[in-house]
Amino acid sequence: MLDKFEIRVLRITGLLIIIFFFSILYVTGKRKVDVTECIPYDKAYAEPRVTKIDDKTYQVFAVAGMWTFEPSVINIPPGAEVDFFVTSKDVVHGFNIAERNVNMMAVYGGISKTTVKFPETGVYKITCHEYCGTGHQNMQAEVIVDYPKP
Amino acid sequence: MNVSRSLRNVIIIELFVPITLLILGIYHGLMQVVYRAGVIHQSSAVKLDYYQGLTLHGVINAIVLTTFFAVSFGHATIFFYLKKEPNKKASWISLGLMVVGTLMAAWAILAGKASVLYTFYPPLKGHPLFYLGTALLIVGSWIPLFDWLVLYRSWKKENPGKKVPLAVLGTLVNFIVWFVCTLAVAYEVLVLLLPWAMGWTPTVNVTLARTLFWFFGHALVYFWLLPAYIMFYTMLPKVAGGKLYSDLAGRIALFLFLLLSVPVGVHHQFSDPNISSTTKWLSTVLTFAVAVPSFITAFTLSASLEYAGRQRGAKGLLGWFGKLPYLDSNRYLFGYMIAGLILFIFGGFTGIVNSSYALNNVVHNTSWLPGHFHMTVAGPVFLAMIAMSLHLIATLRGRKIFLPKVNVIVPYLWMIGVLIFSFGLMWGGLMGEPRRTNLGMTYLNPQNELYHPQWVPSTMLALSGGFIMFLAGMLYFVVFFGTFFRKKTETAGLDLPVSEAYHDEKMVPLFNGFKPWIIVMVVIILIAYVPALVDVLSNSGPGAPPHLPHNPMPGI
Ligand code: HEM
Ligand SMILES: [Cu+2]
Ligand SMILES: [Cu+2]
Repeated sequence: MLDKFEIRVLRITGLLIIIFFFSILYVTGKRKVDVTECIPYDKAYAEPRVTKIDDKTYQVFAVAGMWTFEPSVINIPPGAEVDFFVTSKDVVHGFNIAERNVNMMAVYGGISKTTVKFPETGVYKITCHEYCGTGHQNMQAEVIVDYPKP
Repeated sequence: MNVSRSLRNVIIIELFVPITLLILGIYHGLMQVVYRAGVIHQSSAVKLDYYQGLTLHGVINAIVLTTFFAVSFGHATIFFYLKKEPNKKASWISLGLMVVGTLMAAWAILAGKASVLYTFYPPLKGHPLFYLGTALLIVGSWIPLFDWLVLYRSWKKENPGKKVPLAVLGTLVNFIVWFVCTLAVAYEVLVLLLPWAMGWTPTVNVTLARTLFWFFGHALVYFWLLPAYIMFYTMLPKVAGGKLYSDLAGRIALFLFLLLSVPVGVHHQFSDPNISSTTKWLSTVLTFAVAVPSFITAFTLSASLEYAGRQRGAKGLLGWFGKLPYLDSNRYLFGYMIAGLILFIFGGFTGIVNSSYALNNVVHNTSWLPGHFHMTVAGPVFLAMIAMSLHLIATLRGRKIFLPKVNVIVPYLWMIGVLIFSFGLMWGGLMGEPRRTNLGMTYLNPQNELYHPQWVPSTMLALSGGFIMFLAGMLYFVVFFGTFFRKKTETAGLDLPVSEAYHDEKMVPLFNGFKPWIIVMVVIILIAYVPALVDVLSNSGPGAPPHLPHNPMPGI
């Protein structure tokens, strides 16, 4: 059968994978890093709008289309926690806010959801990062967190 | 070994067609880095649009080259090790279907009617001939499997108690995986996309189509990789001057790939809605299991290379690393394979990032992704394929290698290019640089209001690496076509390097047949994909009408 070096390597491999695995478990639980949530489809999400729940909590309903996002400018105060609900009115688009690790897709017939905090003022670019036709490179929007001060 | 005229021609055509198309594929690779770095601020150059070029690049390099190569290499290994010739008619029909399918798809892309990228995500719509062409290419590649299985069975009957040669096992594992995974994409193309692209059905369920695509899409990368693995296990130790450390380890790795290649496709959909996080978790767990055969391979190959180095007189703990035939032009296969393996170390690490449930969220759909997969598919896979194409063409036609000194440096030049190029893309990806985007039009055009200056250094780095890759590619073409059209000076025939095993373990029946493995494979697939499909079918909203890539209004 396998020689003793191989057995040793297999053991180390197993150990390494278990370590990887528990690290992921740790970040998903403790640091609340989660992937796109899954919500059953409902037409109500396809109305672009920003809703203020209270001073620190906002809901953004973003609708992507060839080749703009609606709403295209989202104004929120610093420290706000935002629920993003993202869908598409035509093809598949991307919805990426690199600085906040928001990384979702806008899919026709699907609702992507994630929650993030914007602790600092600034302009955060939303980029479409899923090929969506010949105007794909024009597709960008912004989250403006109290900047410049109104 | 003597080859019949018919088989010889099948193999030669199956190598010549994709390598010729590859000229177009690599040219578009160069064009993409040029656009992305903002050197050109246009939508098209030389009448080819950026996204059309990207589609050509993906389809030719990732689908056409790899499929043609896998079939021709399959014919070669089966014939060489079983000493039985594949059925003449079947292999010509398979070749014919693949060529016709490729031409159909190529026409649709070149006519600008199918700029939907090789992943053809609906509801973007390509020309029906694009879908039909890809389907024919795939069906053509199925045919040899059934033929080889007949040869394999009769070989087993004639050789009871003997181990099935490792290369044959690898080829059959690869094509069984391929057959199973392509069933999903065949269903997607024939049942969902074609009728919809013809206007017979009004809408398509987008996430269902994506799920079917990725059922195929991840196994596809193993279909690319396994021919390279076969070469690493059965040829690399020999050309390095040593032996394969363990034959059984190779078998275990291959069967683990059979079990785990298909069921992990959901890890490409961590950012999709309509699939629950539990299903995504399951996919992460299974994906981590695929690391096991990779680690086994890493160990077995390093041990084999260490043995080879010591046979060549190396001393000390790591001295063997310096004693390998890196620049020996008679052993050029070694250079191609080792350069690929060095790239693969980085490809593997970055792959673990992609498949991690949480980390994926940082890199999904950014240019990190092409950074990662050029270190895998444009690394070990591509280098092994072009090396073996050259070897097969030279030996089957009895030609000496043209410019052997140039040939030995090609893989190292390519490797350096890929390292720089991929580093640029990955760095950009971490800063949010999107993939599949004509950056030169907007984000990297200083005249445009969307200008993103922070992506300048990363795209410049990718440009310089891409340029080096392009150069290496061109040198390879000179060697390949130079060899092809040279005068015949050697005796023609099929010859593959054969590694002996250092630990040649006893035959274990479990590792000498497919049945139990296929059953377990099906069970794991059901465990992984039933929940995914239930999620998709119960959470999706209305289906989507088709959209042409240049028009925001639905229509065909
Ligand atoms: C000179 C060599 C090459 C260069 C400069 C190059 C460059 C690129 C670039 C810049 C992209 C990303 C484009 C974008 O996301 O906008 C890309 C995509 C891609 N490349 Fe390459 N590449 C080369 C060779 C190869 C090879 C040899 C293969 C495979 C065997 C390959 C397979 C792919 C695939 C599958 C894609 C993805 C296409 C898509 O996203 O639809 N490339 N390449
Ligand atoms: Cu878009
Ligand atoms: Cu887009």
